[in-house]
Amino acid sequence: MVDLPAGQLVPPVRPEFEHRALDSGQIGAVTRPLSLWERLANNSAARRAAILIVLAAAWELYARWLDNGLMVPTFTETMQALWAATVDGTLPGRVYISLKVLLIGYGAGIALAAMFTTLAVSTRIGTDLLSTLTAMFNPLPAIALLPLAMLWFGLGIPSLVFVIIHSVLWAVALNTHTGFLSVSETLRMVGQNYGLSGVRYVMRILIPAAFPSILSGLKIGWAFSWRTLIAAELVFGVSSRSGGLGWFIYENRNQLETASVFAGLTTVIIIGLVVESVVFRTLETHTVRRWGMLR
Amino acid sequence: MDWQEARQPKGILARPPRLAYKAGEPDDGPVGGARRSGRSMDEAAIIHRPDGAPPGVRPLLAVDGVTLQYKTREHLVTATYRVSFEVYPADRFVLLGPSGCGKSTLLKGVAGFMKPVEGSISLAGRRVDRPGPDRMMVFQEFDQLLPWKTVAQNVMFPMLTSGKYGRAEAAERAAAYIDKVNLTKFRDAFPHMLSGGMKQRVAIARAMAMEPAILLMDEPFASLDALTRRKMQEELLRLWDDIRFTVLFVTHSIEEAIIVGSRILVLSPHPGRVKAELNSHEFGHAEQEGARFVELSRRIHAMLFAERIEDERAPTAEPGHG
Repeated sequence: MVDLPAGQLVPPVRPEFEHRALDSGQIGAVTRPLSLWERLANNSAARRAAILIVLAAAWELYARWLDNGLMVPTFTETMQALWAATVDGTLPGRVYISLKVLLIGYGAGIALAAMFTTLAVSTRIGTDLLSTLTAMFNPLPAIALLPLAMLWFGLGIPSLVFVIIHSVLWAVALNTHTGFLSVSETLRMVGQNYGLSGVRYVMRILIPAAFPSILSGLKIGWAFSWRTLIAAELVFGVSSRSGGLGWFIYENRNQLETASVFAGLTTVIIIGLVVESVVFRTLETHTVRRWGMLR
Repeated sequence: MDWQEARQPKGILARPPRLAYKAGEPDDGPVGGARRSGRSMDEAAIIHRPDGAPPGVRPLLAVDGVTLQYKTREHLVTATYRVSFEVYPADRFVLLGPSGCGKSTLLKGVAGFMKPVEGSISLAGRRVDRPGPDRMMVFQEFDQLLPWKTVAQNVMFPMLTSGKYGRAEAAERAAAYIDKVNLTKFRDAFPHMLSGGMKQRVAIARAMAMEPAILLMDEPFASLDALTRRKMQEELLRLWDDIRFTVLFVTHSIEEAIIVGSRILVLSPHPGRVKAELNSHEFGHAEQEGARFVELSRRIHAMLFAERIEDERAPTAEPGHG
C-alpha cells in the first residue's frame, strides 16, 4: 500500500502510450452470415408456426385419448369437416355474408369516428362531447345493445351493423383523438410554418403524425367488431337461409355436428389472424415501422 | 414606466419608429448594407464603418417595439418588452441571452406563431401576421423532420406544399441542397435512421432550399455534442459564404453567438429587453483564441452577468418599479 493522507485518494500516474489500430485481419471474421438454424430462430413466423404445430399435435393426442367425438373431435376430424364445408361452398358463403356485414359496419363506424374526431379537434365542446361519449360507451359491450337493436331494427343486417358501429366507433375515435393530441408541438409548428392550414394541415401533418395511434385504433376496432359480429350472429341469422359464420356454428351445434362447430371456430380464428397478421401487419410495415415510429 | 426606460440601452428606443436606419451612436455601428451577396466580409466591414446608416439599403426585417406575452395555466407571462431591432439582407443576426430572456419567443413572433401585443414585426415592408414559408424555421428539436418522409421528400415537402416550385424543380433543388449539407448518400433514408447532427442538417437544407426571405434558427445546434456542434457551425458559415442568405439565429451560448453571428442582439431576462447590439462579423472559429474575441466574449459575459446582479439588487435599489 502507498502511504496516503487519510481520506485523500490520489490516482497513480501511469506512463502514456499510443499505438496503431490492430490490423483487422487478425480479429477474424468481422461479419459472417448467420446459419440457417439461427435465421429460423430469428424469424417470428417460423417460431409461431412451430408453436401451432405443437398445439395441433397436443389437441390430436388428447382427443384420441378422450375418444369422444361429440365433445372433442380430433384435429383431423375438424380439418376434414372444414375441408368438406369449404368444398361444398357453405362455409365460404357464410364467411362472405359475415365479412360483408362486418365491412359495412366497420366502414360506417370509421366514418362516424372521423366525424366525431373532426368535431373534437376543431372545438372544445366537441372534445368534451367525444370524451364524455367515449367514457360512457367504451365500457359498454356492444353486444349488450343487441336486444335494443333487435327491437329497433328487427332481425337482419341493420341490427348487426348497428352493434358493429357501436363497437368500432368509440375505440377508433378515442385513439385518433389521442393521437392528434400527442402530435408534437414542433411538428405542428413545422406544418404551420409551411403555410398549411385547415384540411391540408390535417391530411398532411396531423394524420400521418398520429398514424401509429390511428392504426392501433383501427386494430382494436377490428377486433371488437369481429367478436361482436360473431356473438351477434349466434343469436340470429341474417335471414332464414343466409346466416353468417356465427349462425353456422350455432346451427351445427344444434345438429350436434361438433366437428363442424370446431371448423367454424377455426375459421373465425383464421380470419382474425389473417386480418391481424397480414392486413394490419402489412399496413404497419409499410407505414409506421418503415418510418421508425413503431418498432 | 421609468424602470423600462432606465434599462433600455440608449439609441434603440430613442430612434423614431419605422425609421429604416439607426441614427446610431458610434458604438452601435450600422450593419449589413454592404453585406449583400457576393461581397466579402472585409469589404462589408470597410464600407459600413463608421458613419452610421448604410445609404440606400433598407432593413429586411424590422422588429419595432415588440412586446410578446403568452399564457400559462396560471400566469400571463411577458416574454419580451418593447424589443426593437433590424435585420439587413445577408445578416447573420443573433439573438443572445440567458434562458428566460424571451429570445425563442421573439423568434416565434417573427415566424408568425405569436402575435405581438404591442409593436410590429414586418418583413420586407409587409407586416407579419401568420406563419409562412417565406420565414423558414429550423428548430432545436430533432423531431422537426416528418418521420413519414425520406430525407429527399422532407426537403421537397415545403417546396411542393407552398406551390413555390414544381415537382421537377423541387426535386432538383432538393438534390442540390442535400448535396450542400453532404447528405447525398442518405437522400432516401428515413429520419429515424439519421444521427442528431444529420437531422439538423436535413432541416437546414429543407429550410434553405425554399430560399426564404429570412432563415429562422432556434438554437439549432443546442442538442448536439460539442464536436458536431462545431462542425455544424463551420458548415453553416461555409453555406453562408456560398449563398449569402439572411439568418436570424437564437442561442444562449456567447461563443456560438460570436462565431455564427455577424451582429448580436443581447437581451436581458424577465422580460426580454434589448441590452445591446454588437458587431461580431470579424470573428469565426479561427479567431476563437484571439484577444479581441476573448474581449468581446468577456464584454458580453459582463453584460449578462451585470443584469443578474442588477436583478438581485433591484427591489431595494429601485423601490418604485415592478
